[in-house]
Amino acid sequence: MVDATIAYPHSDPHHLRGMEALGIAHSGPASKRIATGYGFWIFILSDMVMFSAFFATYAVLLGQTAGGPSGRELFDLRNVAIETAFLLASSFTCGLASIAADTRSTIWFQLGLAVTCVFGLGFLTIEGREFASLVARGAGPTRSAFLSAFFTLVGCHGLHVSAGILWLLTMMAQVFAKGFRPDILRRILCFALFWHALDIIWIAVFTVVYLIGSAA
Amino acid sequence: MLGKLGWSVIPFDQPIPLFVGAVVLVVILGVIAWVIVAGHFPYLWREWITSVDHKRIGVMYTLLAMVMLLRGFSDAIMMRAQQAIAYHSNGYLPPEHFNQIFSAHGTIMIFFVGMPFVIGLMNLVVPLQLGVRDVAFPTLNSVGFWLTATGALLVNISLVVGEFARTGWLPYPPLSELTYSPGVGVDYYLWSLEISGVGTLVAGINLVTTVLKLRTKGMTYLRMPMFCWTTLASNLLIVAAFPILTATLAMLILDRNFGFHFFTNEAGGNVMMFMNLIWAWGHPEVYILVLPAFGIFSEVVSTFSCKPLFGYRSMVLATMAICLISFMVWLHHFFTMGAGPDVNAIFGIASMIIAVPTGVKIYNWLFTMYGGRIRFATPMMWSIGFMVTFIIGGLTGVLVAVPPADFLLHNSLFLVAHFHNVIIGGVLFGAFAGYNYWFPKAFGFRLHEGLGKAAFWFWLSGFYFAFMPLYALGFLGMTRRMQHYDVAQWRPWLIAAAFGAILILIGIIFQVAQLVVSIRRRAELRDRTGDPWDGRSLEWATASPPPAFNFAISPNVTGVDAYWAIKAHAKQQDLEKREPDYADIEMPRNSPTGFVCAFFATVMGFALIWHIWWMVAVGGVGAFATFVAFAWRDHDEYVIPAAEVARIDRAIIAERRALLGLAGSP
Repeated sequence: MVDATIAYPHSDPHHLRGMEALGIAHSGPASKRIATGYGFWIFILSDMVMFSAFFATYAVLLGQTAGGPSGRELFDLRNVAIETAFLLASSFTCGLASIAADTRSTIWFQLGLAVTCVFGLGFLTIEGREFASLVARGAGPTRSAFLSAFFTLVGCHGLHVSAGILWLLTMMAQVFAKGFRPDILRRILCFALFWHALDIIWIAVFTVVYLIGSAA
Repeated sequence: MLGKLGWSVIPFDQPIPLFVGAVVLVVILGVIAWVIVAGHFPYLWREWITSVDHKRIGVMYTLLAMVMLLRGFSDAIMMRAQQAIAYHSNGYLPPEHFNQIFSAHGTIMIFFVGMPFVIGLMNLVVPLQLGVRDVAFPTLNSVGFWLTATGALLVNISLVVGEFARTGWLPYPPLSELTYSPGVGVDYYLWSLEISGVGTLVAGINLVTTVLKLRTKGMTYLRMPMFCWTTLASNLLIVAAFPILTATLAMLILDRNFGFHFFTNEAGGNVMMFMNLIWAWGHPEVYILVLPAFGIFSEVVSTFSCKPLFGYRSMVLATMAICLISFMVWLHHFFTMGAGPDVNAIFGIASMIIAVPTGVKIYNWLFTMYGGRIRFATPMMWSIGFMVTFIIGGLTGVLVAVPPADFLLHNSLFLVAHFHNVIIGGVLFGAFAGYNYWFPKAFGFRLHEGLGKAAFWFWLSGFYFAFMPLYALGFLGMTRRMQHYDVAQWRPWLIAAAFGAILILIGIIFQVAQLVVSIRRRAELRDRTGDPWDGRSLEWATASPPPAFNFAISPNVTGVDAYWAIKAHAKQQDLEKREPDYADIEMPRNSPTGFVCAFFATVMGFALIWHIWWMVAVGGVGAFATFVAFAWRDHDEYVIPAAEVARIDRAIIAERRALLGLAGSP
């Protein structure tokens, strides 16, 4: 009995040969580009988990206005629609910049990112004005739990956009100074993923915060 | 200019923290002075501090964990001493200090002992087991480590500058809100965990990507060693759970610093939301810690039983099942807080279900041992000690998962005994098993067996003396975190528990002695084969310590237990005679990015705690500038020429051949 288990009669003690027949062969480590893009996807997923915590918080606190203004009284959907248009347009130009990077066209890449930056700043300006007007009307984040959740969720997205713009400017400078090196191309890939992910999150913000919020 | 900082924040009236802090400071400054005077600093900077080698980073993580274990344990022994004394008296620790100690103990043990220990071992071992040269993101790996160190540093600074939280290891509001905790203690807690949490997230992303995308040729998922599987599960949990912690702590920060109302009593804040959010992270967290330990036990039990792991596929399934179910049980941490019978029943049942895959694992280890040729080396001792101890902890866990029983046992020392039973018996025993098992791989010499076994027996008996009485005290109605008490019945049990803590202290002393003695006798403990335990997975296929590039030729895997198959093959064929074709190897260059970035993070964290806003800006700008400087490097890799690879590899093979010749093997 003991001998039989130690002798190791075949090289497949767990009878996994069937698995290989399914075609799950493996040819070795992935390329740097794939590993980087994949890792960045994982980061984006983790970021979405963080946002989902803020979304859940917002949903819980939506009715907790503490006698203060509710979403219906505060939200200006026309303003938000313009914001959304800015962000979606910036995502489009960011996509154009990615294509320009793929074709190694420095001018179109810089132009694409510059327009993306302008749209992004436009988005932030509108958001900033919305926040300022809310605070001026006595509906700042300290007014009620609902407003705390609102400012944190939307502000967290805004912070991401701001960080994205900082990153964008850094990438423009890098391409200007160093050209399309493989590592810089990988960073452009990650930046594009990040920027598009912010769009996806904004769609959720638009729906959950503004549409559902102004119905509540 | 300096925010809330001033001379008044240094606790001159409290001799214990001041004295301890002074001693620690003297030790740290002494070590730094010695390093500089003896001329070791350039070596340390070049080879360790700026290293992006996964093995070095793994070692540094583990070292951080062991140093912080000493800190966390001194908190533990102070608490045990206090409770042994404080019958009808105030003991020697004032209440506000006692509260800081139990808060710091829990925080340190979970975040700065458990986490770095398992992440360190994963970092060291997983790329080797996968047969690759490094993790997916080597520089980020260094950043992650140094940010964890920043968190640990901030917690320790709180010992002398200001105070630490008095709110327990999870700062439940409203107690942790500004109204009831006006000091900086909670801020220290929040910022050190936000910063180290970023480090942990980075490590998680890195290891997930490494396991999923970087495996050597032929290393399919179902050929991976079990430790790689548990690493994958644990790091998936990190990626999915740590962002929740980051968000939750951010909300508490906003509440405390800017008057938001997430968890306050006023303006519609919701305290229960904190409980739900923190435990939605907190329960997966315990599996983040224990799953890698399960992986270590799988490796150790299989190696020291000289048998392939029993039920590999069921082990994989059990691991991934735990990974999934761990997100569905969080509410059992607050059954008593009014969720209602239906919700409690659902979470109670889910909590019992999660015990099933864990039970599967226990049986798999037992059946791996059954019929095996068992060698009782130190790692195996820890593994067997784990199996016995963890079963007790698991069973008491199932007991408190029954809501009616939980209503009686909640917040009592029974609970404290339960989670120490699974964390010490599971995570820490696993970490010690892995430490003894992989130490020769990391450093090229084994740890002293006799002292290791002595440490094990003192730890094991100390654990039972320290925590079995706490189960009894729970039944006797003693609640946790009591600074003093008046019930005569409790006292004998508390004295027994203090005795247990002393036994554990002796165990720790033996561990320190083991390390010192092993370093001094490293010549006779030298591992020249790279395979001191007759191992089965690829980390044993390379030299100890492995060269920077791990493998001269990327291994080609044809089945599970890859190295065992290679060895069997080599014995049949009388060793491979043909020399492989060596090629140039590109390796990532070292970078101070991680260290410099963590320096700025420390500055920023400290400034945020004390509201020194200009310093916050300095830290933020500095960290960003560090990254830009890193991104501007022109050469991020260096090449090891084929001739150099060949020279190193030939030396390794020659050493092995000589050894086999000496031993008279085929």
